[in-house]
Amino acid sequence: MSERIALALTVNGQPFDINVEPRRSLADALREDCGLTGTHLGCEHGVCGACTVLIDGQPIRACLMFAVQSEGTEIRTVEGLADGDSLHPMQQAFHDHHGLQCGFCTPGFLMLAVGVLESQPDISDEALVEALSSNICRCTGYQNIVKAVRAAAEQMRQ
Amino acid sequence: MNGIGARLPRLEDLPLLTGRGRFAADISFPGQIHMRIVRSSIAHGRIIGIDTAEALEANGVVAIWTGADTADVPPIDFRMAKVDTLKPYRQFVLARDIVRYVGEPVAAIFAEEAALAEDAAELVAVDIEPLKPDIVATDQPGEFAPGLPNNPVVIEKAYGDLAAAFAGAAGIVEIEVAIGRHSGTPLETRGAIARPMAGGSRLEVYGAAKIPHLNRDNLAVMLGLERHQIDLFEGHVGGGFGIRGEIYPEDCLVCLAALRLDHPVKWIEDRYEHLMAANQSRGQTYKLSAAIDPEGRILGLDAEFWHDQGAYVRTHAATVPDLSCAMLPGPYVIPAYRARGRIRLTNKTPAGTYRAPGRYESTFARERLIDAIAKQLGIDAIDVRRANLIAADQIPFNRGIDTLGTEVVYDSADFARLLDRFLSHFEHARILADTALRRSRGELAGFGLGYFVEKSGLGPFGVARVEIDADGAVEIITGAASVGQGIETAMAQIFCETIPIDPASITVIHGQTDRIREGRGAFASRVTVMTGSAVHLCAQRMKVEVLRIAGRLLQSPPESLEIVFGGIRPIDDAAGGSVSFSEIASAASAEGTSLTVEEKFLCNHMTYPYGIHGVQVCIDGDTGNVEVERICVAYEVGRAVNPVLIDGQIAGGAAQGVGGALFEEFVYDNEGQPLSATFADYLIPTVREMAPVETLVTEDAPSPLNPLGVKGAGECGINAMGAAIASAVDDALSMPGAVTRLPVTPRTVRALLRSQQIRT
Repeated sequence: MSERIALALTVNGQPFDINVEPRRSLADALREDCGLTGTHLGCEHGVCGACTVLIDGQPIRACLMFAVQSEGTEIRTVEGLADGDSLHPMQQAFHDHHGLQCGFCTPGFLMLAVGVLESQPDISDEALVEALSSNICRCTGYQNIVKAVRAAAEQMRQ
Repeated sequence: MNGIGARLPRLEDLPLLTGRGRFAADISFPGQIHMRIVRSSIAHGRIIGIDTAEALEANGVVAIWTGADTADVPPIDFRMAKVDTLKPYRQFVLARDIVRYVGEPVAAIFAEEAALAEDAAELVAVDIEPLKPDIVATDQPGEFAPGLPNNPVVIEKAYGDLAAAFAGAAGIVEIEVAIGRHSGTPLETRGAIARPMAGGSRLEVYGAAKIPHLNRDNLAVMLGLERHQIDLFEGHVGGGFGIRGEIYPEDCLVCLAALRLDHPVKWIEDRYEHLMAANQSRGQTYKLSAAIDPEGRILGLDAEFWHDQGAYVRTHAATVPDLSCAMLPGPYVIPAYRARGRIRLTNKTPAGTYRAPGRYESTFARERLIDAIAKQLGIDAIDVRRANLIAADQIPFNRGIDTLGTEVVYDSADFARLLDRFLSHFEHARILADTALRRSRGELAGFGLGYFVEKSGLGPFGVARVEIDADGAVEIITGAASVGQGIETAMAQIFCETIPIDPASITVIHGQTDRIREGRGAFASRVTVMTGSAVHLCAQRMKVEVLRIAGRLLQSPPESLEIVFGGIRPIDDAAGGSVSFSEIASAASAEGTSLTVEEKFLCNHMTYPYGIHGVQVCIDGDTGNVEVERICVAYEVGRAVNPVLIDGQIAGGAAQGVGGALFEEFVYDNEGQPLSATFADYLIPTVREMAPVETLVTEDAPSPLNPLGVKGAGECGINAMGAAIASAVDDALSMPGAVTRLPVTPRTVRALLRSQQIRT
């Protein structure tokens, strides 16, 4: 369609040099050009939040951002959460509290919750639920996600 | 310890938590070609022409097909509830001459990149002469095609002397209720990747879900292949709910293209497509007429309903209306009954199943009727339910009708006991007192409940094979499928119940047609019952085999040995010698056998779980918003394999039930244009709209139909949610019978509030 642009992205602390069309969404760039398929696409119109990643610490919808806009930022995806074999407290809490079923929304919820709690460790319960209402889960009915995030919040504050 | 009943964390979580899942879109092959579908923008019309010339010239385009290119491909056949009369209403993979819904595939673009295929699709000029759309299922019927009426079949089920029941009735209660169109809308959209192998003589299909073996057989027929020439591979599946994993036009097109173009072909649906092309569901309008005695006992029930099938009859054929007819009577005796389900084609997206198909709808209708009887007689609706419940000594209860090829026989139940347990566990009296007090203070708070019967464990068989390799690692190969419900964990627990080993050393295979020759997949809440029973039978046989070999190694009679965690040792001799599974596997190998067993569990009857949903709501009088405050679910599951997973199924189903009762609807305008084709218009509940789900899972009525006593739990969370919410809204508004249609939108509530103000 149009000229590809050379981009240097930083994802989970690793450099990725990719060539993409200007119209390439960040989500597609992460999935198709960086090979990081943990970021999922559920709606591609910014409602479901399955594609949530952290840009400079802030949760954003990777389907609504162009890859070219993310150059020069620190991008974090679900692939970067665990430290080797050691799960991030949020991942561990989702496992411990049965916070996932099909797992498709899970990366988005993990990144959303981690982003919110890193910037607001003492967030009120009400505000936390409000923040989690950004994303859609079709399997769990949410209560185990809320339980998991609360438990992880405790862990992360320590 | 890790067997049946354990609250074991799931075995399947790790890849899903770390971004290493393998969902359909995550699967790619070198040289793959991408498919994009051009869809009809008109709900009903005649195709005058499709101009693909400009699109064919577009960058990266490999091929473009229209209906003429697939003239040799048969329509997508039924796999369930086959009714011959419905055959002319099946869908072809690309439209021929007439389009019948917005979203119907009219052309397929194949290009080197997904974006290029999408670009080219914009260049295809489809000329359609509009015809009059038929939108409302209850309107006067017309024609689907010349000579083919759009109301082809009435599903009828009846027993007892209905005329006598009405002749002898103390009163008659009639209601008309409807339920809007909504569906499962899994968060992962559909997708399929087909890969030609061995020069096109074989085909591998990825992105399979739900019923890989059955789809293998049906795709082979459609593609003109032998069954052994095609294999389906299920990766991770981002939610099923009935909708995902059926054969759709796009699946066939991908397979056909892989064979014809001799390249891997990939198709990933976008959400906009999903909301107008994947199966929709519900969409039923009921007229119920009940003959009752003075205590509210139903003597006879005459039910008629219209099933909005949409534009074509897909793989489920008459499944949904058939289940509506069969399950409408629910937990009540109802000595005489007739149901007539009118299948009506309309110019909307075709309909199929959605979690608790035919039950969410019919439970809503039946429980509305119970509430209406209570209102008419001025007695408590709980008392009406009690008066009608099938008694424990009437079990097994043969309903005298059949569904999905099986007789409806409630295999084990104590309906009154569960009602008592629900009322006391959730302190029903206190809930009623609290909500009444709040109403007296001006709040619009209310509580309602619905009683439901589920069905589960559809046969005719479940199959599994267990292999223990020389390292002692256990592989359980099943013909089931995973849609995220936790089957790997459940199957491992069932195995560990007989052979106590570390569940983490067990690999559970599902959805791979090259690993086991047959399988029935995951639908109708069947996996724990059918596949679980097969795994149990395997474990029993494996135990005999393991003890036999251990006996030889330990020079002891097998009956003197026991399997403990980690190995086999003499009973009552903890200090004695023992052998490990790997030693036994090595010994088996040395004697020229292998530790492999395969079992097929056969059962022609479904097992019927049941439950009660109670919902507390509070209505905002200004906005009409219904806030769900509390959800209470009692559920009889026979035997709980993993209580955590069952609670998860209930909570997830409940959220979907809230969606269908309050938010979700596929709305169409008078021209048949879909108005709910994005997640901004089709509203799925978020955590803000959900209340905590409290559960009481009981094991009072184990099923006699399987060796484990289990009943399915996949659809119990949603079944009576619509009914309970409707009743709760009535209660909050102090307007019994006010809710006659789902979803109950703020607009509906405000209209009801206005009508109340006018009256008072």
